[in-house]
Amino acid sequence: MTQKKAVSLISGGLDSLLATKVIQEQGIHVEGINFFTGFCVEGHTHAIRKKDKQKQKRNNALWVAEQLNIKLHIVDIVEEYKSIVMNPKHGYGAHLNPCLDCKIFMVKKAHEWIKENNFDFIITGEVIGQRPKSQRKETMPVISGKSGAGDLLLRPLCAKNLPATRPELENWVDREKLYDFSGRSRKPQMSLAEQFELEDYAQPAGGCCFLTDENYASKLSDLWKFRGNREYELDDIILLKIGRHIRPKPNFKVIVSREEGETRFLEGYKKQFIYLHSISHKGPLTLIDGDEISDEDLLLAAQITARFSQGRTADQVTVEIIDKKQQSKEVTVKPCHPNDILNDWYL
Amino acid sequence: MTGIYNMSTHQLDTQRLLCPLPVIRVQDKIKELNNGDLLEVVCTDPGTMNDIPAWCRINEHLLKEKKEQNHQYLFLIEVVR
Repeated sequence: MTQKKAVSLISGGLDSLLATKVIQEQGIHVEGINFFTGFCVEGHTHAIRKKDKQKQKRNNALWVAEQLNIKLHIVDIVEEYKSIVMNPKHGYGAHLNPCLDCKIFMVKKAHEWIKENNFDFIITGEVIGQRPKSQRKETMPVISGKSGAGDLLLRPLCAKNLPATRPELENWVDREKLYDFSGRSRKPQMSLAEQFELEDYAQPAGGCCFLTDENYASKLSDLWKFRGNREYELDDIILLKIGRHIRPKPNFKVIVSREEGETRFLEGYKKQFIYLHSISHKGPLTLIDGDEISDEDLLLAAQITARFSQGRTADQVTVEIIDKKQQSKEVTVKPCHPNDILNDWYL
Repeated sequence: MTGIYNMSTHQLDTQRLLCPLPVIRVQDKIKELNNGDLLEVVCTDPGTMNDIPAWCRINEHLLKEKKEQNHQYLFLIEVVR
């Protein structure tokens, strides 16, 4: 029999690592596939902030692939993924996480990939009961069916709790050597990791997607609400990870850098936004995201910028305001008192 | 630029892109290149200092050089087919 080939959805976490290892142990050639949605938790804040510069940063999916000695194909699905985030057919989880639609979409993409690349089946690290939205007994056939993968989708960690798939029925893999994990406990996975002598693996708290994060979801909801639609670009969702986001009025919010690394990163957006910075004192870079910005709005943004500058206690701070045509003007303002920036303004 | 061994050197600018986008851009660019071609990559995400070498090791391309210079991370990769 020619060696069968599987593609494994690699998130960078322990479950997909183990699922892949279990199948490799059965002599299957496995390659990994990882999807970049724009919402992936990849240490972007650490990558930008100067104070975190010395922290070790790694892409967990690449790291897992290297541990498994498999090729990894990273696929940019930012554009296609928008429809999943904006209109999930199966709804959201606790925040803006469209987990079930997301899993269906990724398995569908993996199914297309195996057809294009002459691979035989797909594996995932799903475990029944592991996740409240997408990894339930009832959702497993929904994912297989709606993705189009059908019985070519094998979940090695919980396969014994599910009907046999084609790789099992045709003896490409030995079902007896698969597992019957279920529930939220991580003990079976940790035990299996120990058997495989895996000691260093990522254990992301709250998953690997920003859409499961309450604060992030709140900022994205605000963006959609005040734009009046759910469209977004990659820059929008990256900017939600950076700086203080303060919305003093419905027509605009300000994004204020918190340190030098963020300032340098936000400088890359100078042509897309009106921006401000203090020239009389050291301070942050502030972007204004909004429409119909009045002179009064600019003054308020300048006062907020001054509040986060080293002149926060000074009587006056001079702030330069540069519009999108790169025309500059200076204003001298009294910095906002901390109480002037209402708690409700912070996103 | 075409060299005497019919190899060419290509450039890829991924400045301001955050991981894994620089790796994706490298991956996609290298698909277009031939064995022995060189790819010079400039990045600004410090995560690339781990991720691009890891990607090269996994995919068996040769990382000939990596260095940090003025907040930029520079890589020279030789394509191996």
